Amino acid sequence: MTVFVIRRLLQSLVVLAATAAIVFVGVYAIGDPAEMLIAPDATPAERAQVEASLGLDRPLPAQFLTFVVNALHGDLGRSFVFNQPSISLILGRLPATLELAFVAIVIALALGIPLGLLAGLKPRSATDEAIMTGSILGFSLPNFWQGMMLIMIFSVWLGWLPSTGRGTTGTIFGVETSLATWDGLRHLILPAVNLALFKLALVIRLTRTGVRETMPLDFVKFARAKGLTERRIVLVHVLKTIMVPLVTVIGMEIGSLIAFGVVTETIFAWPGIGKLLIDSIMRLDRPVVVAYLLVVVSLFIVLNFTVDVLYSILDPRIRVGRGA
Amino acid sequence: MVAVLQVEGLQTWFGTKDAPVRAVDGVSFSVARGEILGLVGESGSGKSITGFSILGLVDPPGRVVGGRVLFQGQELVGAPPETLRRIRGKKIAMIFQDPMMTLNPVLSIETQMVEAVLAHDDTPRAEARARARDALGLVGIPSPEERLGAYPHQFSGGMRQRVAIAIALLHKPDLIIADEPTTALDVTIQSQILFEVRRLADAFGMALVWISHDLGVVASLADRVAVMYAGRIVESGGVDDILDRPAHPYTRGLLDALPATARRGERLRPIPGMAPAPTARPSGCAFRTRCFAAGPDCAAAEPEPTRAGERQWRCFHPLAEAAA
Repeated sequence: MTVFVIRRLLQSLVVLAATAAIVFVGVYAIGDPAEMLIAPDATPAERAQVEASLGLDRPLPAQFLTFVVNALHGDLGRSFVFNQPSISLILGRLPATLELAFVAIVIALALGIPLGLLAGLKPRSATDEAIMTGSILGFSLPNFWQGMMLIMIFSVWLGWLPSTGRGTTGTIFGVETSLATWDGLRHLILPAVNLALFKLALVIRLTRTGVRETMPLDFVKFARAKGLTERRIVLVHVLKTIMVPLVTVIGMEIGSLIAFGVVTETIFAWPGIGKLLIDSIMRLDRPVVVAYLLVVVSLFIVLNFTVDVLYSILDPRIRVGRGA
Repeated sequence: MVAVLQVEGLQTWFGTKDAPVRAVDGVSFSVARGEILGLVGESGSGKSITGFSILGLVDPPGRVVGGRVLFQGQELVGAPPETLRRIRGKKIAMIFQDPMMTLNPVLSIETQMVEAVLAHDDTPRAEARARARDALGLVGIPSPEERLGAYPHQFSGGMRQRVAIAIALLHKPDLIIADEPTTALDVTIQSQILFEVRRLADAFGMALVWISHDLGVVASLADRVAVMYAGRIVESGGVDDILDRPAHPYTRGLLDALPATARRGERLRPIPGMAPAPTARPSGCAFRTRCFAAGPDCAAAEPEPTRAGERQWRCFHPLAEAAA
């Protein structure tokens, strides 16, 4: 197990270094941030001074080297635009994104697993057909369009829910969150549902497939032969079996929810890191973009690791270091 | 003798209504209290389906379309699901063919045994656990207390089958249906299991339906034998009568194909051809195309059962030795 963890850590470092290099060079190639930051009527002397203060006058390898040295000291650079450490900008916005992703995944699981079970237990029934049709729509309609329709229906026509921003936030355990107030919750519903729809469709399909694959297995028949109730067979024997593939996919999807909630955050003007990323790319705010990607990559690494640990809890055959 | 189980004209069909596949087509037999019945046949003869039909465990599209299954006088065909559930595992237990597949890989032995106890008896968990432990000891699993916490993959095939037998014994059922429980095991383990089963059946006075393709196994275990071919019982009777003086050419063929009965240096005599698919059975006697004794009359009609004391057969040209 220790060897496994150490190897994992080393691999992660390589991935982080590679990401940093690629993104750094990539953003450098897109354009010169000075063009965006400095007023068009600035004198060449002012210009040179700003470039020098941001270190933009030096050649790329030198800039990258400075970045790496600073990064190793825990400093991912200051935002060109906000003149704040980029990492604190991101961490400041992260709770908004995390709560959105969290609520979305809860919605996806809380609805997806029961619906998937229903569909899988009665394949080709009317219920199954209805659920699967819904999931196809969830998959194939563009996410931004779904978001706009949600706003149209629930904010514009019905006027039930607000469509932009985070609303009033409160604190739970010292973390500022929309979950703490009624107004915040009302603001959270539409973006969370929008973000959840695609994952919901995915969870339904995964669960349904898992159920269809597990039900004909011998151990389910044997469980019936033991006289267990259908309820226990489905909720314990089948559900625990399909948790392994489900956890794998969901683990990765949480990462993608956080990393790519960009579209939803933009539509609903949600002040999370996705919106920050888009804004930063527009302004060529390189330190923020690089720091953002490093944070996201770290997140994926942590999630991957968590999923591996969860496996061994769910499936005893994968457990390491325990003799047979 | 009082029959524990009485099966009359059982028909289990697969396929669609328009093109039914008659896997089991009019099977009748009975098992007396404490008696061991060997149900023998080739792959596809319908013997396993017969076993599953008794407990209503045939997976769709399979269904019991006709006949009666009387267990201690109670009709099981068409009985409500809850009634069947109360009988499964409690009064009639089942042991499956492949011990690698019958236990749920993600649940501990303890969970799988305790749930089997609690499915029928309203006892405290600790007591259920003690019963599970005692059952493991009964089937010869060393240090049952520790093994209870183990998972199926930590057991060998033979040990897993012992666990399955322990589960079947938890409620001291009146009848155990064993579906080729030793087929997947190697020969030494096979004879150990046979010995244990015989011992336990005698100790508890349980009746046993032992489904097997292996006449050798059945010979060492059963009191009576029923030979199945193409969804029907073609011959049945006391084990000595059947093995020493078979009436049906098919039984003769099975015996001649056994390595144990052949003389040294002599070639085994396999039955020519293959068992017909349920969709392509010959007219008249289903065995006539492979039969050495068949005459023109065999194609015209299906042979009805002929009775002679305790035994009976379906054949127009029974072998002379049986009549003697």
